Amino acid sequence: MSTVAAHPSPWRLAWQRLCRSRAAVAAMLLLVLMGLLCVVGPWFSPYGPNDQDLNLRAVPPSAAHWLGTDPLGRDLATRILHGGRISLLVGLLATAVAAVIGVGYGLVAGLSGRRVDALMMRLVDVLYAFPFITFVILLVVIFGRQFVLIFVAIGAVEWLTMARVVRGQVLALKRLEYVQAARAAGAGFWRILLRHMLPNVMGPVIIYASLTVPGVMLLEATLSFLGLGIQPPDASWGVLISEGAANMAVNPWMLAGPASFFTLTLLALNLLGDGLRDALDPRTLS
Amino acid sequence: MRFVVSTAVWRGLSPCFMLRFLFSRVLQGVVVIVGVLCITFLLLRKAPGGPFQGERDVPEHIRRQQEAMYGLDQPVPVQLWNHIVNFATFQFPPSPQTPGRRVGEIIAEGFPVSAQVGLAALLIALALGIPAGALAAVRPGTLEDRASTVAATLGICTPSLVLGPVIALVFGLKLRWFNASGWYDADDWVLPALTLGIIYSAYIARLMRGGLRETLAMEFIRTARAKGASEAAVVFRHAFKLACLPVLNFLGPAAAGLMTGSIVTESVFQLPGLGQHFVGAAVNRNYELAMATAAFYALLIVGFNLLVDVAQALLNPRIGFKEGA
Repeated sequence: MSTVAAHPSPWRLAWQRLCRSRAAVAAMLLLVLMGLLCVVGPWFSPYGPNDQDLNLRAVPPSAAHWLGTDPLGRDLATRILHGGRISLLVGLLATAVAAVIGVGYGLVAGLSGRRVDALMMRLVDVLYAFPFITFVILLVVIFGRQFVLIFVAIGAVEWLTMARVVRGQVLALKRLEYVQAARAAGAGFWRILLRHMLPNVMGPVIIYASLTVPGVMLLEATLSFLGLGIQPPDASWGVLISEGAANMAVNPWMLAGPASFFTLTLLALNLLGDGLRDALDPRTLS
Repeated sequence: MRFVVSTAVWRGLSPCFMLRFLFSRVLQGVVVIVGVLCITFLLLRKAPGGPFQGERDVPEHIRRQQEAMYGLDQPVPVQLWNHIVNFATFQFPPSPQTPGRRVGEIIAEGFPVSAQVGLAALLIALALGIPAGALAAVRPGTLEDRASTVAATLGICTPSLVLGPVIALVFGLKLRWFNASGWYDADDWVLPALTLGIIYSAYIARLMRGGLRETLAMEFIRTARAKGASEAAVVFRHAFKLACLPVLNFLGPAAAGLMTGSIVTESVFQLPGLGQHFVGAAVNRNYELAMATAAFYALLIVGFNLLVDVAQALLNPRIGFKEGA
């Protein structure tokens, strides 16, 4: 057993592989920078997100207003950073909700008997065939337009693929000898689930979660674009992009600013997801 | 051993198995669609407000009459049952929000618009995505590969929320080649189809690249090369069919999503497609329309997935027509 300590853990190995990918490191740096900017940035701005300067309505980027102002005279840079807080928060929290539901559901379905499994996966099939936008809208409508519930609603839609991924993994794992050994040693359903399955499905879950965050942020943007997400005067990137799209022909900077923050963040998340897949999935090592 | 494997392959593709497979999948599809109808209706009933929420208060007896007319006075399970029976027999009910028009007509009006745009978008996506992904996979590490991969990643990260308005601005307002929005001229499908096509082509390029690279690393490809097949023959005759499977898998839900109309794109370009109803029906508590759109979407998902499964079985006999899955 003493040799175990000499070997680096699989997680450490994965981390080392991740750090070897230039794209993934750049993506992580960009994400950290983006997070810091959005969390800390607004404190250093001389403007509040809803402060209006009616003398400076819809001015292009300048020294005073780095990214210009909107037609109500609000500083766009400040609003983008503030909106980033909401967008990033929704992205992370909704993904966490999706991951918790999806992993739990997938684990239970995969470990349960065939009947329960078939029944649970049939429900996933039904929800898959559901127009997700109607589902989210209904959830938002039922629970009211509260900030917290938007990401619960989004998370409630995004867990399906996670559940399928986890269940597939569990079905493969539960035939392995170490699980049978654990069962023979008297481990119960929950012990096998938590002790022997959960750690082994975390790899695919992390990969898939990193790719879910961009999807969730897109969904939030879509909801806000449709007027069902964040309510004015609060702003998320989705709100700012749709305002920008409406004013694009006259004030192009109103679209350029928020769209580039949004797209850059999604790009970084996708690159990080690709890097994680290469780092955590030994099959793709080339 | 060899005999057993080949029998399995043969049985997997036999017409008898195919019929049984189709039958069980259609049955599953019906279950899925009924499930979608139930969830939509129950969620809608759970939502506060009702079909008459936007109107002025009317005397009690008139309200009761209105409700009786649309069957809203019956117990919820009975209403649900009636709806399901109606949909199963294609007797689409009138709905309180659209007096005089049945939901079937509303869908029949919107679907051709969405389908035209969606089909064009799908073709654009395939025409751009498959060559880009295949080129990247055939020449890994080269400039072509990098350019294609970067373009695909950028494409995935550009929401239609951004791309749509930009395309409308450039081709509609600046160059004036097409109408920036609306559904008046015969070529009004071009810009929305372009928007959706570019975005979906990015996903397809990625899947195609991954699929082809994985296939090209397989042993039967080495065999093909060893027997002297040209590179073109290796890629197109041997690898391509198998490499298309991930793309094919993606196409099922993608096609259903595209044909029923992307809500964002249809609202950016102001198309009278189906997309608007998915939002509008839920917001206005139009029970009948919401159920009809949801069921229609589910029908397309089930149908396209079935097509994909059949295509997969034909492309890869090892998959065959397995029941369940």
